[in-house]
Amino acid sequence: MTSGRNQMLWRAQRLSAHVLGLLVLVHLVLMVIAVQGGLTAAEILSRTQGAIGWLLFYSSFVILVSAHAPIGVKNILQEQFGWRHSTASRLSILYGLALVVLGLRACWAVFTGGQL
Amino acid sequence: MRSTRAVFRNDARNRTDVGYLAFALHRISGVAISLFLPLHFLLLGTAITGEPALQAGLNWTLHPFFKIAETGLVLGLALHLALGIRLLIIERTGNIKRHEQWALFGGAFALSAALLFALSMEISL
Repeated sequence: MTSGRNQMLWRAQRLSAHVLGLLVLVHLVLMVIAVQGGLTAAEILSRTQGAIGWLLFYSSFVILVSAHAPIGVKNILQEQFGWRHSTASRLSILYGLALVVLGLRACWAVFTGGQL
Repeated sequence: MRSTRAVFRNDARNRTDVGYLAFALHRISGVAISLFLPLHFLLLGTAITGEPALQAGLNWTLHPFFKIAETGLVLGLALHLALGIRLLIIERTGNIKRHEQWALFGGAFALSAALLFALSMEISL
């Protein structure tokens, strides 16, 4: 891998981290509030169903984490487990694709609540 | 001029440093979150067929094991956030003088978040 590409990945991970920091903080606060009195599907969907704001919030979250996490996974596979960069890159790309597909599907699911 | 060996020595002694612990915990929490995310998305994705499917999935999480695991994940997420902010501060400012304080602050923040989460599960409003 070229150093330019490494630099690009490093930048992508740091840039995504800046925004993710804020999103994670909101998510943490929301989790503490949401679990009070038990977490039910009705309660989750009452907040998310038809809510464009939450759809945009969580879709942004998914897209950013799908960029951020695979870069970290690739680094760990190479540095901690000694994987070759080509193998680590391929696996992390697959992982990133799985995250974005499953994540956006989850966003859509809680937005529609099976009503579409 | 100091020898580079003294400055950049890389041996087991460095692993007792707070900075190394912060690095290791940042990585371990990152791996835990990475493993959890697909499962989290799969569970929420069940809502695509309606509320009963999501509730059926959530019923699994009523087991005490899941409550402990969820608290552990909140701890991991808060730790990854705080130690990530520490890393960004060090990288952006180039100031490493207070890195240990930032790591300790991160640990305290994460423990507080996990405790708050664990207590919130028991609170009925």
